Amino acid sequence: MLRYYLKLGILSIRANWALSALMVAAIAIGIGACMTIVTVRHVMADNPIDHKNEQLFHVQLDNWNPNDPYEEPNEPPEQVTYLDATALLEAGRAHRQVISFKSDRVVQPEGDGVLPFQEVVRATSADFFAMFDVPFRYGAGWDAAADRAGEKVTVLSTPMHEQLFGGEDSTGRMLMMNNEPFRVVGVLDDWHPVPTFYDLNNNPYQGPEAIYTPFSLAVTGEWGSSGNNSCWKPPEDGGYEGYLASECIWIQMWVELPTRADKEAYAQFLDDYVMEQKQLGRFPRDLNNRLSTPEEWMVNREVVDDTVSVLLALSVLFLVVCLLNTIGLLLARVIRRRSDISLRRALGASKAALFRQYIVEAGLIGVAGGLAGIGMTWLGLRGIENVFADYDFIQYLVTMDWQMVGLAVLLAIVSALGAALYPIWRACSVSPASTLRIQ
Amino acid sequence: MLKMKDVCKIYRTDTVETHALRGFSLAVEDGEFVSVTGPSGSGKTTFLNIAGLLEELTSGVYELDGRDISALNDKERSRVRNEKIGFIFQSFNLIPELNVFDNVDVPLRYRGFDAKERERRIMSCLERVGLASRPKHFPAQLSGGQQQRVAIARALAGEPRFLLADEPTGNLDTHMADSVLDLLKEINEAGTTIIMVTHELTLADRANRNLFVRDGEIHDEPPELHLAAAATA
Repeated sequence: MLRYYLKLGILSIRANWALSALMVAAIAIGIGACMTIVTVRHVMADNPIDHKNEQLFHVQLDNWNPNDPYEEPNEPPEQVTYLDATALLEAGRAHRQVISFKSDRVVQPEGDGVLPFQEVVRATSADFFAMFDVPFRYGAGWDAAADRAGEKVTVLSTPMHEQLFGGEDSTGRMLMMNNEPFRVVGVLDDWHPVPTFYDLNNNPYQGPEAIYTPFSLAVTGEWGSSGNNSCWKPPEDGGYEGYLASECIWIQMWVELPTRADKEAYAQFLDDYVMEQKQLGRFPRDLNNRLSTPEEWMVNREVVDDTVSVLLALSVLFLVVCLLNTIGLLLARVIRRRSDISLRRALGASKAALFRQYIVEAGLIGVAGGLAGIGMTWLGLRGIENVFADYDFIQYLVTMDWQMVGLAVLLAIVSALGAALYPIWRACSVSPASTLRIQ
Repeated sequence: MLKMKDVCKIYRTDTVETHALRGFSLAVEDGEFVSVTGPSGSGKTTFLNIAGLLEELTSGVYELDGRDISALNDKERSRVRNEKIGFIFQSFNLIPELNVFDNVDVPLRYRGFDAKERERRIMSCLERVGLASRPKHFPAQLSGGQQQRVAIARALAGEPRFLLADEPTGNLDTHMADSVLDLLKEINEAGTTIIMVTHELTLADRANRNLFVRDGEIHDEPPELHLAAAATA
């Protein structure tokens, strides 16, 4: 009977094309508005490292002011000091550990007439690429020994590699930054984690950095951090050395702990470490270490702006208004089709059979509304992209994946079926004799 | 057999009660061709709607083939309608977006026959009403008489025991009306019980039995004859 109901649905839609088009349009506009915001929120809240979510942990240690928490009520700082980062890296108690920060460097491309430009560079320990499953097109990252030795090596993103060296394999080529030569050891394949979960400070939607260098090299070269730097008391000594020895936080730390036992052991290790540091007069606050998965960390840092949630609520309300219009249109259609309903009842259709027939028809309207809604969503996203064209990151937020396409169609079908329930109930309640009698 | 005993039908609104049928009793034997006549508003169509299970009665007993109909739920009533009763309406009531074949197919779809059986029945019925060559035509492409023939084919497709016709020739000219009535007579002679509501006494005379309805009550003869007989006495 499904095929029969589909055929009747298509015939009915064709016979009442104007009313059907209005219903499809109402659903499509509602779905378009709703899915535009849902898509943006989906991308903002996406966990780019979901497949390793249970194995990766962001490290927080509470070295803050004894009289004033970093954030109320008792949130530890979101970054760690150089002292702690290097001590924990050296201890090597996790399966993998990464410490990193971002810095600004001046890139000096080869060739006459090509102007130097400033670029954000991520200075990181060697495990960064393996821990975060960063794909390589050419070469690979550096190893821990190179990191310790402060070798002047670098890894480039594909766009940077193409900008500096064209399309050829650039591993082994030299790159000048701040008048220092760096040997290219690897070129990343396409990699666009949005948000950049490993460093949610500043704007996590700008995409990953285009240049990577060893952490120790950056420190040896006294590179400053261009990310967040916070201190609860001034460094005791001046200069870069004094900053390294201070309680200022500016380094992001992540560890990879494959099993629950590994996590428990590492948490205990952190507690022991802090207790040991307390003996040295540091960490005046109560023990307050944290290990957060990428997902927990993104929720903690509220990567999804409250404005987006308000917009989402408004867009859902708009969808409801569109569906109320659809209900009105469907009711109008029921009134127009009373004779058809009565006739079918007279010819043996039960209420259940009519319900199935009309629900299939509503489903068809929903599918059409969903498909048109995808188009509306695309237009909505392009609208957002144009309005925020000045922001580099916007292209990452207005991408509609298959999951969102499927959700749009599903939402449209569910919406259409939901909107159709009352009109269909009214249709099924039409007495078989009511219109046949007056004809 | 169709049997009604003391059937009443009352339409109620907030302020008014309308007695459409009062103590309506009759029995229609298998194979009969019964006509029901009466003035407008007398209750003819209400009787036909109740007989066809399109409306529920207010009180009384209605049995179809010995089965008490008043106790059936919607699904059972729909099944009885589909299997035992065929309808022919004054305004044909064909579905305009379906062609002749698909219009006749409607009751068969709800019966659950497979495609082959449906096609066999549809073509057989179309042949019987003389429209076997026009299964792909749409109602708008047919004359009134042809449309009523399609409606008759649709009513016959389920091979019902009872055919209920409400003013089947009301929208037809005399020639077409005669032709439709000839067809109904032929169907009756083949064994189908027919109850036909009409306000035209000349058409009613072609039935085997005539019933008269006035003010919701049924009479075997026009009440005027009773009155005339009483006056003579």
